[in-house]
Formats: sequence, C-alpha cells, structure tokens
Amino acid sequence: MIVEIGHFALVLSLSVALFQSVLPMVGARKGDQRLMETGTIAATGAFVLIGIAFAALVTANVTSDFSVLNVFENSNSAKPMLYKVTGVWGNHEGSMLLWVLILAFFGSLVALFGRDLPATLKANVLAVQAWILTAFLLFILLTSNPFQRLDPAPMEGQDLNPILQDIGLAIHPPLLYLGYVGFSIAFSFAIAALIDGRIDAAWARWVRPWTLLAWIFLTLGISMGSYWAYYELGWGGWWFWDPVENASFMPWLAGTALLHSALVMEKRSALKIWTILLAILTFSLSLLGTFLVRSGVLTSVHAFATDPTRGVFILAILCIFIGGALVLFALRASSLEGGGLFAPISREGALVFNNLFLTTATATVLVGTLYPLVLEVLTGEKISVGEPFFNLTFGPVMVPLLFAVPFGPLLGWKRGDLLGAAQRLYFAAGCALAALVGILAYTGGTKVLAAFGFALAFWLLAGSLTDLFSRAAFLRTGWRTGLSRLIGLPRSAFGTALAHFGVGVTLLGIVSVSSFEKEVITTMAPGASADIAGYTLTFDRVEQRPGPNFEAQTGTFSVRQGGGELARIETSKRFFPVRQMTTTESGIWTHGFSQLYVSLGDPSPDNRSIVVRIWWKPLITLIWIGTVFMAVGGAFSLADRRLRVGAPVRSRRKAALAGT
Amino acid sequence: MTRKAKRLYSIGAMLIVVGAAAGLVLTALSSSVAYFQSPTELVKNAPSPAQRIRLGGLIEDGTVKRDGSSNVTFHITDTVDSVLVSYTGILPDLFREGQGVIAEGTLGPDRIFVADTVLAKHDETYMPKEVVDDLKARGLWEDGKGLVKKPDETVSVTPVAGAGS
Repeated sequence: MIVEIGHFALVLSLSVALFQSVLPMVGARKGDQRLMETGTIAATGAFVLIGIAFAALVTANVTSDFSVLNVFENSNSAKPMLYKVTGVWGNHEGSMLLWVLILAFFGSLVALFGRDLPATLKANVLAVQAWILTAFLLFILLTSNPFQRLDPAPMEGQDLNPILQDIGLAIHPPLLYLGYVGFSIAFSFAIAALIDGRIDAAWARWVRPWTLLAWIFLTLGISMGSYWAYYELGWGGWWFWDPVENASFMPWLAGTALLHSALVMEKRSALKIWTILLAILTFSLSLLGTFLVRSGVLTSVHAFATDPTRGVFILAILCIFIGGALVLFALRASSLEGGGLFAPISREGALVFNNLFLTTATATVLVGTLYPLVLEVLTGEKISVGEPFFNLTFGPVMVPLLFAVPFGPLLGWKRGDLLGAAQRLYFAAGCALAALVGILAYTGGTKVLAAFGFALAFWLLAGSLTDLFSRAAFLRTGWRTGLSRLIGLPRSAFGTALAHFGVGVTLLGIVSVSSFEKEVITTMAPGASADIAGYTLTFDRVEQRPGPNFEAQTGTFSVRQGGGELARIETSKRFFPVRQMTTTESGIWTHGFSQLYVSLGDPSPDNRSIVVRIWWKPLITLIWIGTVFMAVGGAFSLADRRLRVGAPVRSRRKAALAGT
Repeated sequence: MTRKAKRLYSIGAMLIVVGAAAGLVLTALSSSVAYFQSPTELVKNAPSPAQRIRLGGLIEDGTVKRDGSSNVTFHITDTVDSVLVSYTGILPDLFREGQGVIAEGTLGPDRIFVADTVLAKHDETYMPKEVVDDLKARGLWEDGKGLVKKPDETVSVTPVAGAGS
C-alpha cells in the first residue's frame, strides 16, 4: 500500500511539475500576479509529493519489502539498518529519485526564500526549474520506476553491492547531488534572464548565493567521495581520473569559475554575457555528468544502469536542455548590454584570468573524459585516458592559475597596481623560496619538481592570508587595533582568504603524497615485520571474525618506532556470501597529518603467509582538510551581509509600514 | 589603449592560452593514452615496449601462479590466444580464474606482459565492458550468459565456480 502511495505521489508530482512549467511563465508574460504565484505553490507541492514518494521507498527498504523489485535487487534482511536506509540511493532507480527530490527541494527553496525577487523573474525561474523536474520525473516513471512490484515476492533479497555498504554512501551521494543539482538554480536564473531579456547586477546578487551553496556541497561531496574511494578500495589512491570522478569535477571547475565571474558582474556589472553562459555551461556539465554516470556508457561502481533506453532518454534530455539553452543564448545574448570597463591589470582582469584558466582546465578534463567515448563511436578503437594524460594537460593549465591566486584579492577594481600587490606579497614569496630551498636541500637536489610544488603550495598558503593581514595592518597599528580591524573586515574577505588558503592546503597534501609517498609490497607470516619510513610494522595475527552479513578475515599489525608501540592497525577482507563478493577494509593509522595505510592481499599457496601492501602517505589528510577550508570559506562568503538579498528591501518595506 | 585595441589584446591572450592547452592535449593524446587490445591482437601486433596497452580477456583456468612473494603470473586469454602476464602487488578482490579482467601495462621484449594495474569487474553482474564488447564482436561471447539477469532465476544465488579468494 505504502509503495503504491509513493508511486502515486510521484505521478502526481509530474502533473504538478507540468503545471509549474507553464502557468507561472504565462503569468509573467501577461503580468498576471495570481498566475505567477501558482509557481510558488506548485514548487512547494512538488517537493512535498516527491518527499512522500521518497519516504515510501525508504519505508519499503527499511521493512525489507522484497515484493518491490528495487528492494529485492539491492537489499537483504541481514543488512544493517544504516545500509537499508542509505541503500535507497545505492542503486540506479533510488539514486535518480534522490536526484529529483533534491531538484524539487531547491525549487521549493527558491519559492520560499525568493520573496524579494522581482515577480516575473521568480515566476520564470520556477517555470524553468519545473521543465528540468518534468524531464527527470518522466525519465524515472518511464524507464526507472523504483516502485515496480515483483510477483511472487521472493523470500530474501540480493543484497547491496558490498563496496557500497559503508558510511560513505550515507554522505557522499546526497552531498554530491546537493551540489550537482544545486547548479540548476543558476541555470534557471540564466534562462529566465534570457527570456526576460533583462539582466543587471542585482541578478548576479541573487544567483551568487545559490551558486555558492551548491559549490560548497559539491566541494564537500567530491572530497568525501575521494576519501571514501581511498579507504574503501584498498589501492591507496585518492583520485583516479576515472570518468565518473571527472563527471563531478567538471561542474566543480565550471562552478568555481561562475562564482568568480558573478563577483565581477555583481560589483562592476561587467562580464554579463559570459556569466550567463557560464551558468548554462555549469549545469550542462552537471547534466553531462548525470548522463555519463547513469546511462551505463561507462562501467563502474557508479553505473548501475545497463538498460540502453535509459541512456538514450538521458541523452535526449541532455541535448534538449543544453541545445535549447545555447540556442536561446545565441538569440538573446546580443540584446544584453555590456557593462563597466576595466584595465587588464585590475581585480576584474584577475577574475577574467581565473575564468580563462578554469574553463580551459575544464575543457581539458572534458576532452580527456569524452575522447575515448567519441573515438569508440567513430572508429571502434578502444583507448583509455588516465592519469598520464591529465598530468600533462590539467597540471600545466592549473600552475599559472594557482600562481596568480594571491594577486587577485590585492588588486583594486577597475585599475590595479601590480607592483604594489607584488610588494605586499614579499612575505609569501619568502615562504615559497624557503620551501624551495628547503626541499632541494632535503632531497639533495633530486626532486626539483617536488620542490617547486612545495614552493607553490607555500606561496598560496601565505599569499592567501596576505590580504587579511595587510588590511588589518598589524605592523602599523599594533596587534590590539590590528585584531579589532581584522574582526571588522567583511566576512567575504575571510571567505576569499580561507577558500584560497584551502586550495594551498590541498595542494600541499597532493604534492607531499605524490613526491614522498613510500610503498612496501611483501608477503608476511604472523610475527614478521616490515620497515617503512622509519616505522616498523609487525604482523601480529590474522583471525576470522563474523559480521552481520559478512565474514571478515582480520589482520592486526602493531606500529613501532624505536622501541615503544605507537599504534595498532586492523585491516580486513570481508566476504559477503549473498553476492559472493570480497571487499577490502584498509587499515589506516593517522599520525599528525600523515597516514600509514595497510591492506591485505591473497594468502600464499601454502596458506602460511599473506601478501601485504603498506604505504606511508605523508601529509595526505591535508588534501581533504583543504577542501573543508574551501567549504568554510564559501560559508563565510555566504554569510556576508552583501549577499543577503532581502535585507535592504525588507527594511525599506518596514520603513514604509512605519510611515503609514 | 583604445577599447578596440584592448579587446584585440585580450582575445589574443585568450587564444594563446587556449592554443597552448590544445597543444598540450594533442601531445598528451598521442603519447599517454593506453590502447585496448585482446590477446589475439597483442600476439599478432607485438607493439613497442613504450606503448601502454590495456590487455583485456579472461583469466585462464589453472594459470595463476604466486611465487611466494608478492609477484603473480597468470595468462589472459580470449579463447584463441593467450598472453603471459606478470604483476607485482595486490590483485583486486574480484580477481578469479575464469573471470574477466583488464591488465594495464606494457609488453616486454621477452613477450611477457608486465602489468602495473589489474582491474577486475566491479561486481557479480558485470564483465569489464571492453572485454565483453571485444568478445562479442568476434562471436566468442553470447548475451544472456551471466549478463542478462531475470529476478526469478536468481532467487537462490549459486556460488560461482572457482570462487576461491
């Protein structure tokens, strides 16, 4: 019954979305206030209905109702409760339902918090949002119905893919989707502006917080996914340039560019057309990502779908939306007026530089991701594009950009003083030079590239804080006044500094791991020891331990340095009988910012010893800590007074009320 | 500088950046991509040791040998030809004899394929796509064997032969 209610609610939400696609826009054309208002109600209604559908699917999973095909295929009564809930989106159908749930959630947010938007803009935005919703609801109902029944109902389910039975599944997909799908708002705003033929600095002020919100979630989502892959796959890698990873990375790069260009548009009302285009491109890349992951053109853990009709359907959605948006852009863009002028060396110029390099970097990732697919379609030849390709292309494009990051916030709007900015960066330059010399001396001049990498990281770390410190003027005014000046700075200044600092932190982690990582692969019998990076790991024992729906073979290692025992590391291989599948639970010991990483392989033929792979990963946690800095920086920026769209309007309204 | 000159300069600068990136992409595509080959193709073509290859096929039954350390050798076959592969490290969890696998690496002068990466399929349901496509194209694989799955057939899951790991 509950399942049928869920299905019904989903169908109902489609009809609501259809109304929402048309009525508000007609209202905006005719200037009919009441028709425009229907958008608000419909958006909220669609969210509630899809929420009901989602709750129904969760219920079916939690109660292990195997008469539902989706539950049967992806659940098992022995599965722990956490994974019964998270397993809802651990499969194609459920994950698409989560996708539209979040899409509807953002729509309702605009409906509820967009009270101060101009009525026509809001109506158009909600209508465009509903077009996307309609397309994906149709996709779910026609090709990926999660509520499909199974008759007769089997006694037991087939269980969830064991790789997905991890806390990561609870966090990674929802965060990622909040980011991915959140960019739909920027897209809808762009389309609405093109339809309206009107765009101004206020538009950017509305779009920026939504973009920022989506960007924060996407940053954390990607980072979480990276850490999950790192500890779950047992390969010790944190980024594989897998097409599925690229699918989420491309919208992130484009979204980062969008954040920066919206800044120019908001402050100086320049770069309007470009910002609109970027908003369209960013969400297009989100759609492309959805297509790549969900259509089954790529086979990986993420691609649950193998049904070709699904791929064709998403491809059609992709073409209609991207194509339509670009055609609309081509028709209308010329009618938008250009904005303020600026000198090449200026804050605007720096942000253009940022955009140029970020979009170029996005393009290299796009080529690397799509080229194998295109080549296979055209010639039938199969190639794989991996890390070497991206190191050669993405890397060099990012270097000048990262070098320029500290300059940006130090340049004035309109016309900047490059020499002045450079003079204020002397401390950062000193840090970078010290890092360069230090690493060269430490490695005896053998790792030149690593030394430059460290120098760039320290340049970023110190350089991104320079703006705050020079504005607080600690040296001139003393620390007490300086501190109060620092606290008085706008939050967006902290946001910029923290986010840029985060980039430096992540870079430091990347450079450190890729140049100083150590690896030992060896066979060990219980009692044997292995040395790595000054630590001694002793293989204490291996034992069988039962789990709720698996059997684990757990190895225990003790870590020693000098004489004393520092830590114990447990690592295991889990065997899941229902799927006849084994997973690796890597053992990780975090020491400072660095980690020792142990994973078990296969036993030797005589079953006495076992293959063990040990890594020393210096400063690796910085990679993920840096992304947290970026997200916190984004949150600071979001909290800035300037971005609180409604504030001035509301006070005016209050003033009017007080006056009457 | 006039507005026009400024625009020219900025467009010029953009072209340089984009052009440089395009150059990088082209160089990288010609030098650092790995080509998928089946054992038959690999035996026939014998590419240079510098060329990265993705060798895909089935792990031949009874050929997996561990030398007591962390080095493993096995044969990858497409039922027509087979290639000896040597790999040092931990094999993926789903590495089993008779199952689909992709090994990435280079073919040494001694005709032994030295793999630095070994990928097995991700779960019970799928074979590596490239391997299936390749086998299917040459009539060595039929759909409906382990690929198409009807719910009522798989209520009781039978263990896969050779599930040893």
